[in-house]
Amino acid sequence: MIKGIILIGGPMKGTRFRPLSLELPKPLFPVAGFPMIYHHIEACSKVPDLKEVLLIGFYQPNAALNHFIMEVHQEFKLQVRYFQEYQALGTAGGLYHFRDQILAGNPEAFFVMNADVCGDFPLNEMLEFHRKTGNGDTHTMLGTEATQQQSLNYGCIVENKDTHEVVHYVEKPGSYVSSIINCGTYLFSPDIMKYLAAAFQKNQENFCTDSIESSLSPSTKECIFLESEIFMDLASTGKLFVYQTTNFWSQVKSAGATIYANRHYLAIYHRTHPDRLAKNGEGKPTIIGDVYIHPSASVHESATLGPNVTVGKNVVIGEGVRVRESLVLEGSTILDHTLILYSIIGWNSVVGSWSRVEGTPNDPNPNKPFAKLEVSDLFNSEGKLNPSITVIGSNVQIPSEVVILNSLVLPHKDLGRSYKNQIIL
Amino acid sequence: MKDHHIGNMKALILVGGYGTRLRPLTLSRPKPLVEFGNKPMMLHQIEALVEAGVTQIVLAVSYRAELLEQELKVQEEKLGVTITFSYEEEPLGTAGPLALAREILGSNDEPFFVLNSDVICDFPFKDMARFHKNHGREGTIVVTKVEEPSKYGVVVYHPESGKIDSFVEKPQEFVSNKINAGLYIFSPSMLNRIQLRPTSIEKEVFPHMAADSNLYAMELQGFWMDVGQPKDFLTGMCLYLTSLKQKGGHLLHHGDGVLGNVLVDPSAKIGRNCRIGPNVTIGPDVVIEDGVCIKRCTVLKGAVIKSHSWLNSCIIGWRCHVGRWVRMENVSVLGEDVTVKDEIYINGGRILPHKSISESVPDPQIIM
Repeated sequence: MIKGIILIGGPMKGTRFRPLSLELPKPLFPVAGFPMIYHHIEACSKVPDLKEVLLIGFYQPNAALNHFIMEVHQEFKLQVRYFQEYQALGTAGGLYHFRDQILAGNPEAFFVMNADVCGDFPLNEMLEFHRKTGNGDTHTMLGTEATQQQSLNYGCIVENKDTHEVVHYVEKPGSYVSSIINCGTYLFSPDIMKYLAAAFQKNQENFCTDSIESSLSPSTKECIFLESEIFMDLASTGKLFVYQTTNFWSQVKSAGATIYANRHYLAIYHRTHPDRLAKNGEGKPTIIGDVYIHPSASVHESATLGPNVTVGKNVVIGEGVRVRESLVLEGSTILDHTLILYSIIGWNSVVGSWSRVEGTPNDPNPNKPFAKLEVSDLFNSEGKLNPSITVIGSNVQIPSEVVILNSLVLPHKDLGRSYKNQIIL
Repeated sequence: MKDHHIGNMKALILVGGYGTRLRPLTLSRPKPLVEFGNKPMMLHQIEALVEAGVTQIVLAVSYRAELLEQELKVQEEKLGVTITFSYEEEPLGTAGPLALAREILGSNDEPFFVLNSDVICDFPFKDMARFHKNHGREGTIVVTKVEEPSKYGVVVYHPESGKIDSFVEKPQEFVSNKINAGLYIFSPSMLNRIQLRPTSIEKEVFPHMAADSNLYAMELQGFWMDVGQPKDFLTGMCLYLTSLKQKGGHLLHHGDGVLGNVLVDPSAKIGRNCRIGPNVTIGPDVVIEDGVCIKRCTVLKGAVIKSHSWLNSCIIGWRCHVGRWVRMENVSVLGEDVTVKDEIYINGGRILPHKSISESVPDPQIIM
């Protein structure tokens, strides 16, 4: 038996995802029509021996999360439960804290997936690889190739090319170490608890002695990080392996990254859910490339959507509207002749007619193999907002005939004019 | 109706150079031929002059333009007026051209008109002639009221007689809110004051005439604008359309989706669900597709505006193609035959003729 564990974090995390995470836990943000972690759970459901998914995080139990759990339980016939950490315990503290739940029923191994990544997760391939690596006491991490320069922003893995054993691991090195990076997706055998226990013990002892002088130490002595406390030591013991994938994979740290993730999840639908992709037809809007339209949305037949557009539940799209490379979230309305480019229109927002809402894509350089999405700062060195995806928070009113360019609009604003390169509080 | 009391008058129009301030439009056509309110700029003046009884018009030009000569040949016959070109070897300023055309202007005792070619207003030529005859001195200049006199040279004159006392350049303290409107009428004796060399009539001639008590100011009623640059061209167009409305508005367009004062050539086509106006001029053979919104713009002959585009404060040049979902604003000017691709945003862009624009111009800029 295999289990799946998704680390969903908590409300203090995902601040780069604002203003969208102000309304909804970030892991539930919809990409390609479904919450981010829905795609993780769907990947888990494709693993034959996997019957149970555990969500671990420190969100207060809430209606949105409960509703989501109920829905995925019904759709995938999986047992899905949420375990709440009493406070943020790092990437491994929760695994250790809930070890009895995780190990109940004696699973052969369990997947651990960070919620803030997206990808075409090759879980079955990982499992097959994993089973060949040892006698049930080995661990596998998912790796992918990055550019040398970008690898410095990730956990870097050095492997033995013949055996794929991890011989060295370092988190965000200052200089180049390896271009194989950690994808935040792992397959652990129960044996991992031994290492977590050791780290836990060590932290208990050290916390008493040097927690006062070291501001870098975790906030509580129960806090453990996989990347800095477990993998470094596990590398070169012969127990940690890397499975490399060339499938699509990306971090989803910022709101703008969801446009990129959306595009790739829609492309994956060609293989997994062709029925979810909108098609052209008489009396229907013009569709260019990959578009997902929720069945409850009302899109005028003279509108043109795509490529890479997701239209959420109960959205209303008026006459002659054009939407490209954008997400239009549940309950929002786009009035006639308006143009939406590289933007996210938040829940229940209204955009007037003949307006233009436009952002700037920051896609990976297509000419560089293995380039990932650049994680750029909000502001440049001159203190100006870097051009990026335009994000309209929930319940925002955008008047007719204005342009909103490269801006972030916080929820419940009633805009009265055009804005460019601004954060609108 | 010609006024026979003042028949057989002459006029000089100061056309001058290349009209660089109205580029990129003037890269394709001489400025006098650029259509303002669906009529070449100069024709507004020539028609008003003919209406007032002028029979001979001299155009003072410092460059040769065949297109201008051809066009005015046509108008010459149509209006029954003699139009002569007076070519300057070197630019002669605003007074020199009078000396160059001395033979025509001074051929009889009738006073003659001089006007700046960039001026658009309700031309008061008959009133000028009457006013000039009444005071009997050498010159009359038309003055118009402005809101911010500190930006201009103002004219100080006697409120009842109109006799000009002085000219004050960019006054810091308020002395007057009336400026020279660029329309004059002179008695032929005035020509004795001018020599054939580059001279400014405003700076080198008028002060002397005023000092001799030979210059009078007549106040202009109604609108006035120097439309020599795009921003003022659009402002002038709004004023012009308003004046058409006040004159009865029978030239203005009405119909579904038309808002305020809108002038549309009968050969233009406008699609469904559009909103045109206020203050829009649409030239001959223009095609406006469905769902387009246009405000405060001039769209010149043969241009095509595709569906769902939004244009505000723009001049769209001859035979331009503006794509779908394009947004243009902030005194953007497209030269002749420019193509703007779908979904482009142009903010204050000046686009030279025959360009194809496939990337947005988010900040004011000249695209060569």
